[in-house]
Amino acid sequence: MSASANTSVAIGRRFSVRSKRVLPGFGLSLGISLFFVSLVLLLPLTGLVVETSGMTWDQFWFTITDPRVVESYKVTLWTALAASLFNGCFGLLLAWILVRYDFPGKRILDAFVDLPFALPTAVAGITLATLFAQNGWYGQWLAKLGVEVAFTPLGIVVAMAFTSLPFVVRTVQPVLEELSPADEEAAVSLGASDGRVFRKVIFPALWPALVTGIALSFTRSLGEFGAIIFIAGNTPYVSEVTSLMVFIRLQEYDYAAASAIASVVLLASLILLFAINLWQGRYLRRLEGR
Amino acid sequence: MTTSHRRVGDQPWVRRSLIGIAVLLAMVMLVIPVVVIFAQALSAGWSTFAGNVTDQYTLHAIGLTLFVAALTVPLNLVFGTALAWSVTRFRFPGRKLLITLIDIPFAVSPVIAGLLYLLLYGRNGWLGSWLATHDMQLMFAWPGIVLVTVFVTCPFVARELIPLMQQQGSEEEEAGVVLGASGWRIFRKITLPNIKWALIYGVVLTNARAVGEFGAVSVVSGNVRGQTNTLPLHVELLYQDYNVVGAFASASLLAAIAMLTLVVKAFVEWRQSRPIVSTPEKEVS
Amino acid sequence: MSITIDQISKTFGRFHALRNVGLDIPEGKLTALLGPSGSGKTTLLRIIAGLESSDTGRILFGGEDVSNLHVRDRNIGFVFQHYALFRHLTVAENIAFGLESLPRKQRPSKAEIRQRVEKLLEMIQLPQLADRYPAQLSGGQKQRVALARALATQPRILLLDEPFGALDAKVRKDLRRWLRALHDEFHFTSIFVTHDQEEALELSDQVVVMSQGQVEQVNTPTELYAKPESRFVFDFLGHVNVLSGVIKNQKLVQGDAWISLPGNRSEQKAQLYLRPHEVHLARAPSAFARLPLRIDAVSLIGSEVRIELTPEGWQSEEIWEIGMSHNEFAQQNPSRGELWFAVPDVGHLFSGENSQPKTVDWLYPETANACNV
Repeated sequence: MSASANTSVAIGRRFSVRSKRVLPGFGLSLGISLFFVSLVLLLPLTGLVVETSGMTWDQFWFTITDPRVVESYKVTLWTALAASLFNGCFGLLLAWILVRYDFPGKRILDAFVDLPFALPTAVAGITLATLFAQNGWYGQWLAKLGVEVAFTPLGIVVAMAFTSLPFVVRTVQPVLEELSPADEEAAVSLGASDGRVFRKVIFPALWPALVTGIALSFTRSLGEFGAIIFIAGNTPYVSEVTSLMVFIRLQEYDYAAASAIASVVLLASLILLFAINLWQGRYLRRLEGR
Repeated sequence: MTTSHRRVGDQPWVRRSLIGIAVLLAMVMLVIPVVVIFAQALSAGWSTFAGNVTDQYTLHAIGLTLFVAALTVPLNLVFGTALAWSVTRFRFPGRKLLITLIDIPFAVSPVIAGLLYLLLYGRNGWLGSWLATHDMQLMFAWPGIVLVTVFVTCPFVARELIPLMQQQGSEEEEAGVVLGASGWRIFRKITLPNIKWALIYGVVLTNARAVGEFGAVSVVSGNVRGQTNTLPLHVELLYQDYNVVGAFASASLLAAIAMLTLVVKAFVEWRQSRPIVSTPEKEVS
Repeated sequence: MSITIDQISKTFGRFHALRNVGLDIPEGKLTALLGPSGSGKTTLLRIIAGLESSDTGRILFGGEDVSNLHVRDRNIGFVFQHYALFRHLTVAENIAFGLESLPRKQRPSKAEIRQRVEKLLEMIQLPQLADRYPAQLSGGQKQRVALARALATQPRILLLDEPFGALDAKVRKDLRRWLRALHDEFHFTSIFVTHDQEEALELSDQVVVMSQGQVEQVNTPTELYAKPESRFVFDFLGHVNVLSGVIKNQKLVQGDAWISLPGNRSEQKAQLYLRPHEVHLARAPSAFARLPLRIDAVSLIGSEVRIELTPEGWQSEEIWEIGMSHNEFAQQNPSRGELWFAVPDVGHLFSGENSQPKTVDWLYPETANACNV
């Protein structure tokens, strides 16, 4: 009797000792966070599940493999890939000059890199559409070269590249800043050429961040809508992105079809998101030796 | 300068050509588009611009947009701060998952975000049908716009705060606890001054995105002119009506907010890189 | 206020930071927690403070169980390793913070707080820096401000985590002396964590040596240095010369080296530990020891001449170090490359699985034997 009472007291005390947190506000802050995350982020997902579970597998399959929809997957994927690869190169270049060199207007350029995050996508859309239109500032020059951007898939690439530009710059920049000059000097002192030092010393340190940046840029491009619809022309089978397909189905009040297509895109984005997080965790662990 | 101290890519010709290419591309992709927005908005003269901006529907759209932002920003400010506090000051199971979850709005297409809310709160949704029986309609009305805007912009404050708070560590707060300060006092006197600038930038960015959200809002708003039309939707409507100058007039207001956001960001970064100093004197030893 | 640490254990995941630590910290004394990194000393300090909770065990302040008392209510002063000064408050505001955090009833008036802060600023000899921000202070100044801040509420107990770790050598010495003087004046119970043996021995009244989450030995600095109770403490406190070999015919033998150990008959492996000052050098082997060594280096700087030697015809994991006075050095004049013989005066024998050493004295064998009985 007394022994069991003792153990229960001991357990009780152990528990209270364990759950004691030094800093205040654990319950409150986690409570708010969990409440918010469940209500704002997770609860809406149930709507999609309910809607799609009302469909039979055949209906679902038929909807998501509709030729027009399949064509939109293809367009979205290759344009997003092209845009994120372009941003890989351009973003790396921008990060490089912002970190390595001093030149007039550097701070302004640095600030401008974030413009695509701050500028509403619809504004970006009509601006790019105006610039690349046949009689636009860029369009008239490109027309002379025989290149058409507005109302073609190329326009989608331009819109995606614009909206996701900051990702690569902002992931590569900090890594480049922390690169120690000593590593480079060591390599140079061993007689390596600049190109070799870049390939063997600098690039290996940068590429995990570069891949992360490109992946983030790709994910963002997959879902882009506002900037694209103004410049893409939205020709069925040619320049329709998947987000637009969802939107069109919604305009037709075909919620089930919209949900089916959306679930495919959502799944792909979430998988990408988790993969990026895992990948970041892994390479960070390697870098920090944890 | 001797050549022995240079780093990779410091040769003048490499330097110049890299800067040249990057600046040229940045001009084409970032600077000229902004110039175009304002040029187009003013292409028919100042009086037309003023007329476009003070148009009844435009004014209503501005009002609605500001109203949505005024509701969204405080909500996400509280959420972002609470989330950043909980994940940087405590260890608990599921912490990493929580950090990943708040990135969902970044990964989800805005159209799909709108769709999710439409499915849940629309007339046919399981929550929406219940609300409808109680005479509450959230979709195709301002509450729906606020809901999706909160969804789309909820990561920004937290994303600004988490890295900073992680890097600052919790030693100062622990010192506050040892000295007997209450939770609120610790937050107000120690934490808040340390995260003030990041918090401001988070708020400004949240505001920029809340004001500018298009895809998600266009799904749930119903685009009724003079009722549920936000400024970005108004831009689209005018543009589709071939009123390009009018569209750009409204767009220029949004672009001005974006430019202001960039200025705030540059200022905040400058503040954070500076040590805290009250007097200009040097250290006395 | 004395502190009792009763069977404290703490794990972080699979890592055992502390294993059943029991310890008494006497009132009014300055105690050092000494150990290498990962020995659990900082964790123990944080558990005493209440900044960390233990898995099992109790902490008592003056006989009162405070295990479940929040840090806020333990009335301790804590000086953090990196000071943790509030970077957005001035020096004066930092120091006043604890007083201003007191509940309204106990809080002194504004004027009183200002007065107390002024007094503390004088105590730390920095009254001219009251309006500075932490970023404008040097390391030593930050350290003093951190101390003043911790002492402002007149705590019963002062805890310091690596108080001098981040300072350069000169400042460190000054601050050490200053802290000692401060402690002698106010006589609060203090505990400080350090990995620096010199600091621990110089500053404290009592040293607690920790290793791998356990207490190895507790003693006054003098006793600790003279009578280490384990191989770990021996190795950790200053340099030690080791002859490790086998006991045969009352001699510890390895290669060409041997030392006679009268009375040790059993044949077994053993190590003899000798402090640099417990050995002297001779041109020829003595009757009871033959330890041939060749001189590698002679260091004349300091109050003593330090000679580094390598074994000749036998082996040692680390080089040998022998100290001699400048006077002796002038007479004997050993120089690099020469072969000399070490003659032990006192040694400490670890034999077999025994963790406790046995002291062997060749100068006064009778007294040493008497002690060992």
